[in-house]
Amino acid sequence: MAKRNAFKDAFIPQTTLTKRTYLIVSVITFGLILAVWQLMTTMGMVDSLFMPTPKDTVEAGIRLFTEHEFLSDVKITVYRVLMGFLISVAVALPLGILMGTYAPFEAVIEPVMSFTRYLPVTAFIPLFILWIGIDESEKIAVIIFGSLPQLILMVAVDTKKVQHELTEVAYTLGTSKIAVLWKVIFPGAMPSIIDSLRMVLGWAWTYVTVAEMIGASEGIGYMIIQSQRMINVANIFVGILTIGFIGLIFDYLFKGLSRLLFPWK
Amino acid sequence: MNKEMGFHIENVSKQFRNKKLVVQALENITLDICDGEFVALLGASGCGKSTLLRLLCGLDFPTEGSISAKGVPVTGPGFDRGMVFQTYTLFPWLTVEKNIRYGLKKKKLSKPEIAELTQKYVKTMGLEGFEKQYSNELSGGMKQRVAIARALATNPDSLLLDEPFGALDAHTRLSMQEFLLDIWTANPKTVVMVTHDVEEAIFMADRVVVLSSRPGKIKEIIEIDLPRPRDRKMKIDPRFIAYKRHATDLIYDEFLKENEEFASAAGNG
Ligand SMILES: Nc1ncnc2c1ncn2[C@@H]1O[C@H](COP(=O)(O)OP(=O)(O)OP(=O)(O)O)[C@@H](O)[C@H]1O
Ligand SMILES: [Mg+2]
Repeated sequence: MAKRNAFKDAFIPQTTLTKRTYLIVSVITFGLILAVWQLMTTMGMVDSLFMPTPKDTVEAGIRLFTEHEFLSDVKITVYRVLMGFLISVAVALPLGILMGTYAPFEAVIEPVMSFTRYLPVTAFIPLFILWIGIDESEKIAVIIFGSLPQLILMVAVDTKKVQHELTEVAYTLGTSKIAVLWKVIFPGAMPSIIDSLRMVLGWAWTYVTVAEMIGASEGIGYMIIQSQRMINVANIFVGILTIGFIGLIFDYLFKGLSRLLFPWK
Repeated sequence: MNKEMGFHIENVSKQFRNKKLVVQALENITLDICDGEFVALLGASGCGKSTLLRLLCGLDFPTEGSISAKGVPVTGPGFDRGMVFQTYTLFPWLTVEKNIRYGLKKKKLSKPEIAELTQKYVKTMGLEGFEKQYSNELSGGMKQRVAIARALATNPDSLLLDEPFGALDAHTRLSMQEFLLDIWTANPKTVVMVTHDVEEAIFMADRVVVLSSRPGKIKEIIEIDLPRPRDRKMKIDPRFIAYKRHATDLIYDEFLKENEEFASAAGNG
């Protein structure tokens, strides 16, 4: 019998890797990126003024957290993202589900949301500052304005994807036309809705950073724009990497939540 | 109204309008189905079998004509008519056990009664050991058995089956046919089963209703005068083969007629 080639097998379309292999591959990838970064900076291929070495970045990170209370910046940014995101979810979930289930709701909401969705959030920041000021509610408003229309439409699409025969079979088993909403449509749509939430949470990070760069006195985005003024590139790197790591953590939380809530998937 | 009546279908026509296209799915169907009778609807793909079943179920309504079940006009789906769909329709978020129990919870039964009934159907369907599995972990044959169990659990007067074994391989299919016949013999109720398999129709039914295509009309009703209980040996009985030849001729006839239409349409164009 021919010996199986593990490397070749891994490239069979639509197969999966073992958890261990997957982990090893991702560690190596990060390692490679780090190595390239290290090489480029130490060999002088880039100006050290604009590209810090990994070591500089780590040191800048330590300094930020110990001397400059960067932790409170991180906290306030996470708070803004979560508030904006949760309010969006609280509104988008019921509206999106109603829209995906009942045609009249769709007719009312769809056109408005499809229009709003194309308006760039960034263009509204000056307006929001004039209307609301530069306090917390302005940052949260920016996040909501950016994520809510998208989220409503995504939840509606997820809801529509629920197989029509499932509602019909529920009718034959005595479920009323109203009750199918929570007996069939809600549980059926939930897994893909959670996926949509995960995507939109990622976008919320972009909106908060932009909002913090334009009118704020604290937060990760504020720290980044301040560092730009002082040409402190290492600090900017720390800011960006911090956002990346927090994003990664939330991603894992979402995946864990999915596994917990939907054991049948 | 006759008390022995299962379904009374009178002059039923059904049109679908899609944008500019009008499809005449059924035309002038008149059929009486007795209480406790096993009827098979046989016909080529697209002749309106599923449409007729959906009308009996109350998931859709006739454009003309009327349908009643046990003398009561059909105005929507109900507990009295259980349905098994052509596609797999188990609730993926529920286990086998909870799928079967789904309809029972709507009936005013006590908890022990519900548990007992669920267990009974798990047993009759040969699903022991799979109670806690989710549907995506089941084979196609098992999924349809759960779907049948779920439809039977509420004890409906009639069972409407839309090609329940259509997606199964020949062997699984045969054992499912025998299996369903056993259950039906033990607890007879009106069954209307859609199929495009001539053998399946004759093997299972008391009467086979052959439909013609476009628009769907009743072409012929074949009384199947074969003894019961039936098992797989029946399929090589000369009488069975005679029915099969007759039904196959009817279907082939339809096929030729349709292809003639295609041919002349092509000739004109
Ligand atoms: N909701 C609908 N809208 C428009 N046309 C429809 C609809 N449902 C069915 N039809 C049409 O009615 C005809 C009969 O369809 P039906 O599904 O009843 O066929 P069938 O006999 O069950 O076929 P199959 O064996 O392939 O399942 C077809 O021409 C189909 O295109
Ligand atoms: Mg069909």
